[in-house]
Amino acid sequence: MRTDAPTATGYDNRTAFAEELAVLARADERIVAVCNDSVGSSNLGAFREEFGDRLINVGIAEQNMVGVGAGLAAAGLIPFVCGAGPFLTGRATEQVKADVAYSQHPVILCGMSPGMAYGELGPTHHSVEDLSWMRALPGLDIVVPADRRQTRQALRMLAAEPRPTYIRIGRHKVPDVTTEGEVLVRGRIDVARGGDDVAIVATGTLVSRALEAARRLSDDGVSARVLNAAWIAPLDQATILDAARGTRAVIVAEEANIAGGLGAAVAQLVAREGLGVRVVPLGLTEFAPTGSNDMLLEHFGLTSENIVRVANEALRA
Amino acid sequence: MLTQSDARAGVSMLSTDLEQVALWRQQRAAVAAADERERARLIHDAAQGVRRSVVRTIDAARAGHIGGDLSVTDILTTLYLGVLEIDPADPTRRDRDRFILSKGHCAAALYSVLAHSGYFPTSELATFMAPMSALNGHPNRTKVPGVETNTGPLGHGLPVAVGEALGLRLQGLDRRVYVVTGDGEMQEGSNWEAIMSAAHYRLGNLTLVVDRNRLQQGARTEDTNALDPLAERLAAFGCEVREIDGHDVTQLLGAFAPSTTGRPVAVVANTIKGKGVSFMEDRVEWHHKVPTAEQVTAALAELGEQGS
Repeated sequence: MRTDAPTATGYDNRTAFAEELAVLARADERIVAVCNDSVGSSNLGAFREEFGDRLINVGIAEQNMVGVGAGLAAAGLIPFVCGAGPFLTGRATEQVKADVAYSQHPVILCGMSPGMAYGELGPTHHSVEDLSWMRALPGLDIVVPADRRQTRQALRMLAAEPRPTYIRIGRHKVPDVTTEGEVLVRGRIDVARGGDDVAIVATGTLVSRALEAARRLSDDGVSARVLNAAWIAPLDQATILDAARGTRAVIVAEEANIAGGLGAAVAQLVAREGLGVRVVPLGLTEFAPTGSNDMLLEHFGLTSENIVRVANEALRA
Repeated sequence: MLTQSDARAGVSMLSTDLEQVALWRQQRAAVAAADERERARLIHDAAQGVRRSVVRTIDAARAGHIGGDLSVTDILTTLYLGVLEIDPADPTRRDRDRFILSKGHCAAALYSVLAHSGYFPTSELATFMAPMSALNGHPNRTKVPGVETNTGPLGHGLPVAVGEALGLRLQGLDRRVYVVTGDGEMQEGSNWEAIMSAAHYRLGNLTLVVDRNRLQQGARTEDTNALDPLAERLAAFGCEVREIDGHDVTQLLGAFAPSTTGRPVAVVANTIKGKGVSFMEDRVEWHHKVPTAEQVTAALAELGEQGS
């Protein structure tokens, strides 16, 4: 039975993650999973049932978890290290730096329930600094799948060609934004929709919202290009610069802090080329108040309505 | 001169020195064939050679961590000449024993032992910490064959060693993992996370060696954040503990034997920081002080340099 049945709002990418990881583990016995007591929240219960000691639960010890992942990779295995995004990237930043990125051990770090998926649990449990922290590390790929299909594709690619990687596995339900036959390519950002007035560079949960914004803008006669930035590092500079050259404003939308995130990457790139196009980053600017994931996305303007508003404003400026 | 493209490409991996590997194999064979007393003498003599190499390497670089290098030298030399199942001509062989120097700041000692095992030419030691050298102040596995993981920040080697020991066992590879930490380094919480895991998973194929020289960068460990009773603490965490004289080769060889209980082995190796050079021994300032030319000459003489 497929468990990722559609709901009114879409799919939890963790379901696709767990199903695909099991498929891959059946085919390749080098695949192991490592977690920090997060068997449930990382959706690894079935993996444990089926693969037994290939699930390594180190308990509540994230520094050790990432180091153990590096050691498993050094021993010749393909470890998927799973933990809630904030603790995996925050508590173990130096392990990600030294043991994974700098050492170039092919560990796949899976940040579960990223962004503000934990809603009311508050900023300690929000993973909105992860993109900034991980982006600062050379030699580390960053992947933010926008839907269940991209989640599965990314896992297949990383299992086939393991390399140091941070991948966000979203919990907030998202609709499908890619179609069968669309191929995820490492280091390539896909143009999800063409347009030449304004470009919206979106990642993860924000891709469906950006597409919805583009549809609304189109009703107002504004042509919006939408980029699905699923592979953030290495960054597809050509596609971003092409969007900046081919439109009059660039909006970047991410469920992350704007300090150092994707918006910062895009702004730096566009400024370096001296393009003079306005870049407006949308994201978090402060610790979130109490609220559900949906409420907080709205609070920080990460909605299609706000993207439309910001786009129109930028075009008028 | 370095071109811009060289700089962009970075420094490539050093390559094996096959002639040196052949010498190392002869040494290994002699050690294996010797009786206990002769074996200890052979390894001790080799360790004194490593100490001289450390002094010269640090003298050339005018930088390094000489005190800790000299305290860990007998441990390293014993491992590479008498214990580890490795082939320096094939540094990534799948069924090799693994060694991790978690106290990465003692890179000069590790590099000296690796070079004398043939992992790379001994002539490279003269480039230690020089601009663009593969031999960084802390070991880098992408540049130096024989280095299993990059260390430098403390408390990293043991968790990685736990992962390697687990990974070897999961693949049915009957090989051991050895990791050396400093004693001050045991103040890092990540080590105790890792020891809990090692005990929980009953990693009998893992040996932790604590270089217990009782000094950290600025003071004695016991005056900073006391580690004692270290052996009891390690035992309480589930290790099979062996406390020994970390400069006695015969004791080291005994302590490096496989686990007898199926639990991870923890060796508390009591050592002397700066061992072998009288004016450096057990003196906190020699953590990373660089000897003067006169001190280098005096140190080499004490370490048995021919003709001095």
